[in-house]
Amino acid sequence: MGDQRIKDIILDIIAVVAPDAEVSNVKSDVRLRDQLDLDSMDFLDIVMELRKRYKIEIPKEEYPELATLDSCAAYLGPKLAAVTAA
Amino acid sequence: MDYDVIIIGAGMSGLAAGIRLAYFGQRVCILEKHYAFGGLNSYYRLDGRDYDVGLHAVTNFVGPGVRDTPLPKLLRQLRLSRDDFDLQPQRYSEIRFPGVSLRFTNDLNDLIADVAEKFPGEADHFRRLCTFIRDYDDTVLLPPYRSTRETLKGFLHEPMLVEMLLCPIMYYGSAEEHDMDLLQFVIIFKSLFCEGFARPRDGVRKIIKALVRKYRSCGGELRMQSSVARLDVADDRVKSVIIDGGESLIASTVLSSAGYVETMRFCADAPPIPTQDVGRVSFVETIAVLDALPQRLGHEAAIVFFNDSETFTYAMPECPVDMRSGVVCCPSNYEGHDDMPEGFLRMTWLANSDAWMEADEGTYRQYKDDYLTAFKAQARRYVPTIDDHFITSDMFTPRTIHRYTSRINGAVYGSPRKRRDGRTHLKNLFLCGTDQGYLGIIGALLSGITIANMHVLAEE
Repeated sequence: MGDQRIKDIILDIIAVVAPDAEVSNVKSDVRLRDQLDLDSMDFLDIVMELRKRYKIEIPKEEYPELATLDSCAAYLGPKLAAVTAA
Repeated sequence: MDYDVIIIGAGMSGLAAGIRLAYFGQRVCILEKHYAFGGLNSYYRLDGRDYDVGLHAVTNFVGPGVRDTPLPKLLRQLRLSRDDFDLQPQRYSEIRFPGVSLRFTNDLNDLIADVAEKFPGEADHFRRLCTFIRDYDDTVLLPPYRSTRETLKGFLHEPMLVEMLLCPIMYYGSAEEHDMDLLQFVIIFKSLFCEGFARPRDGVRKIIKALVRKYRSCGGELRMQSSVARLDVADDRVKSVIIDGGESLIASTVLSSAGYVETMRFCADAPPIPTQDVGRVSFVETIAVLDALPQRLGHEAAIVFFNDSETFTYAMPECPVDMRSGVVCCPSNYEGHDDMPEGFLRMTWLANSDAWMEADEGTYRQYKDDYLTAFKAQARRYVPTIDDHFITSDMFTPRTIHRYTSRINGAVYGSPRKRRDGRTHLKNLFLCGTDQGYLGIIGALLSGITIANMHVLAEE
């Protein structure tokens, strides 16, 4: 799955988790929490939505890997590939 | 295993917890003893009219642009929109004491200005108090107890202003008599004065129906008229939930919104419960139906908190009702409510739950008649022509609250001792709702969400 596709997946999820957030101009290399004013409850929901939609398990200690759209793409790429292949 | 999670009670907190869990694929069952949803905030129909129980105002109201307060947070968490609750803001409310009243709106600056006008010497002190409250960290889970009265005395010099602030805040959420924990005070102060009041045009049923619909659409199961008889325990865990009639249900986790003491009574091995942990604060409320809207009869405040002396006593009274203070609520005094077909005026007083619980049928009826007469006398202060417009009335008492919610003593705000982490002596039994410590409709919803997140979703 391409990086852009993964970024779109994350933005789709944010639109559900925080519908009042402004997602049209999100920068790929800036922390999502800083750009979108997401709190810890919202952040937990991104993880939960990934699990619900793609059956991806993300351990708590790896949450920092989801800090930016770029890091999401790098971290989730292999995980999504594994799920899609299976 | 029958379910991942069983939730006791289909009130605000149970439904909110249920939505979170069912949405994320847990097999959830909510057990509700009654045939109606809502618990402490419910509704009913009588002689063709809709009545609300509990809801005077949805607190914590903020406008569409705000994101980081309880209301928008819980809407996000429940995947609901602002339209689902149809909240209409109040015009204004008042705190009336002898010789002085304070007016507040959903903009804290209006209260600050009114305090400055009525208590000029306290203007700066009150502003400092507001800053202190704004900066107070109310997310700490288990802070030590701090007396609100002592804290307020450190900011304010006019004793009556202290009483005037305590009156609405204690009425809207203190399980404790006489004084309250500062954390609880801060949470309610923000919900009333920094945020504000609103109401759905259809009343609380709008909110409850939105929650039930959401819960069902997520695949949650709801069993009405299913009363918990006991919890069977082994190895410090709930092994099964036994419902009346003997059916046994098994779940990995049990969330109870029944109240701490009430939940402990389901368990054979419960730790002893100190008397001071049993809630006593209960209310009598009279709901009068009028053939005209109160705002057309000269009464425009959404809520009035009144107290007839300079000091405010918040405690279980000796007599059936303490009429020296109370809350007057007019549901049509919110924006967008001008076309309500009939007017309502509701008045709430502190009540002695023993007197109402233990009265025989004749005495109970007599109390109701006596206090309806007393209600009319007091209501004339707000709507002088109420007798000309009075159609009918209904009254709920500690006994009514007990019958519909099984709260000991009909104690609306539950145990004075809150358990904010939701934990109990059993590893898979958690509390949500009133006794977890977030109060009001918005608080209860947030409680269900928080406990579901903390003890089920984040633990997986």
